[in-house]
Amino acid sequence: MSLTEKEVRKIAKLSRIKLKDDEIGHFQTELSNILDWIEQLQEVDTDDVPPMSSVVDMQSPIRTDKVTDGGYRDDVLTNAPENQYGCFVVPKVVE
Amino acid sequence: MTELNKLTIADALDGLQKGDFSSEELTNAHINAVEKEELNSFIVKTPEIALNQAQESDKRRKEGKVGKMEGIPVGVKDLFCTKGVKSTSCSHILDGFTPTYESTVSSNLFSQGAVMLGKTNMDEFAMGSGNLTSYYGEVKNPWSRKDDDTTLVPGGSSGGSAAAVSANLCMGALGSDTGGSIRQPAAFCGNVGVKPTYGRCSRWGMIAFASSLDQAGVFTRSVKDAAIMLESICGHDEKDSTSAPMETPDFSKAVGGNIKGLKIGIPKEYHQDGMSSEIEKLWEDGKNMLKDAGAKIVDISLPHTKYALPTYYIIAPAEASANLSRYDGVRYGLRVFEKGMSLDDMYEATRSAGFGDEVKRRIMIGTYVLSAGYYDAYYKKAQKIRTLITQDFENAYKECDVILTPTTPTAAFAAGEKMDPVSMYLNDVFTVPASLAGLPGISVPTGLNSEGLPLGLQLIGKSFDEETVFKVGGALEKAAGFKGL
Repeated sequence: MSLTEKEVRKIAKLSRIKLKDDEIGHFQTELSNILDWIEQLQEVDTDDVPPMSSVVDMQSPIRTDKVTDGGYRDDVLTNAPENQYGCFVVPKVVE
Repeated sequence: MTELNKLTIADALDGLQKGDFSSEELTNAHINAVEKEELNSFIVKTPEIALNQAQESDKRRKEGKVGKMEGIPVGVKDLFCTKGVKSTSCSHILDGFTPTYESTVSSNLFSQGAVMLGKTNMDEFAMGSGNLTSYYGEVKNPWSRKDDDTTLVPGGSSGGSAAAVSANLCMGALGSDTGGSIRQPAAFCGNVGVKPTYGRCSRWGMIAFASSLDQAGVFTRSVKDAAIMLESICGHDEKDSTSAPMETPDFSKAVGGNIKGLKIGIPKEYHQDGMSSEIEKLWEDGKNMLKDAGAKIVDISLPHTKYALPTYYIIAPAEASANLSRYDGVRYGLRVFEKGMSLDDMYEATRSAGFGDEVKRRIMIGTYVLSAGYYDAYYKKAQKIRTLITQDFENAYKECDVILTPTTPTAAFAAGEKMDPVSMYLNDVFTVPASLAGLPGISVPTGLNSEGLPLGLQLIGKSFDEETVFKVGGALEKAAGFKGL
């Protein structure tokens, strides 16, 4: 499974990782090699096998729907790169 | 008297109880060792916190309040959030992140009286097998080849924890294991590393890598110590819905127990093509040690073993790509922003500067296997094979009580000897299958290779049967008589 340069750019975009032009080739080779190696899974017959998303064989725990914790606005903001008036600051997104 | 920092946890607890020394004295001996270390195993040192905790511990002991780890100095892997102490998972993208809360596992450990010496180095976001991807630089393995001073890797991702324990900088250390990140470095550094059953430990406050696989665990210099320390971090936690609502057994009582009649499974698929004769011999010796102690050796088969690694390298990156999407330069850590940038530009610039190459590779692989058109062919396929791998173990445990394998296919290597991603991934060939099945595993050092480097054997137990793992681990340790640094 060989990825094209265009595909690598698309994956990088979906991942929100900016790659410089001279990095593309390097990632293209490495990602293609990893995908080549993964390809061997296709030889396993899995037609009647259920997929497994977790090893934990239990129902998700349920509790009453009431507030049990919270009120940490300042704690939550304390590690933000920029905050003002009790909010995170981000670049303008709506003109 | 032996130097204080060379004692085992069990002996130190005994000495503290008898009043031979105080936790403050024990802690000072370790603070000095950490201060002088040249391995780069600690990236944040917290001597003030340690001293304060030690003094509090001495006070509690006088009042007769003694926890399981009372007064014992430990290292904490940097992916555990520690209140008021920088926690970055050794990534540039979490620059300066100082949690306002404590992870459940470290909180449990401190409630049992442990003393924190600092945060240990690791591969960035626990992605690596050599501690070569840390933003804070490589860690040096305290062991080196005979007549050769080439610097060797400590293994990874918990490389700092493994190196620090072997170099007597701390008596035990917290680690985390997603595909082998405790067991592999324990083997490379010649100490004991345990990963419990998935669900034994709460993941709350652990910086996430792959949530269906991540599990906390410990490094120590003896099997008994590992049992004591593990006992003090396990337990149900409402804040992690995958944490098992079960009592934690007294693991330490299992160590030293008789293994007569226990059936030890030897999976034939772990005999890899081209495996070194040294590793084959180590494994054979291990079998004989357990046979001599009265156990029965049983040949078993885990037919899907060869698919475990590629399965892991779909599932773990897929989960990582989702977990790491939270690093966006908005709520914590690094932000790269220049005037005129859009929100998307900021995300991309921040993530590009903040993540190292291995993390970028895994995020991109994960994004790809989850993307439209590829989900069924890759991700769903891997989930199905994960079912088959888990079933292999269930079938094997109809015939045996515990499984014995080598921990790693080689001894520690030098940085630069395995640089392409796939050959680096092969380090975890023996540890990943148990991770996918969520089973408990331990690495016990049992011998040296011809170059004088430590090698370990792995025991894999049934789900929630750490006690048998500790029992057999104790027997293996006793028979091997491995001598650390």
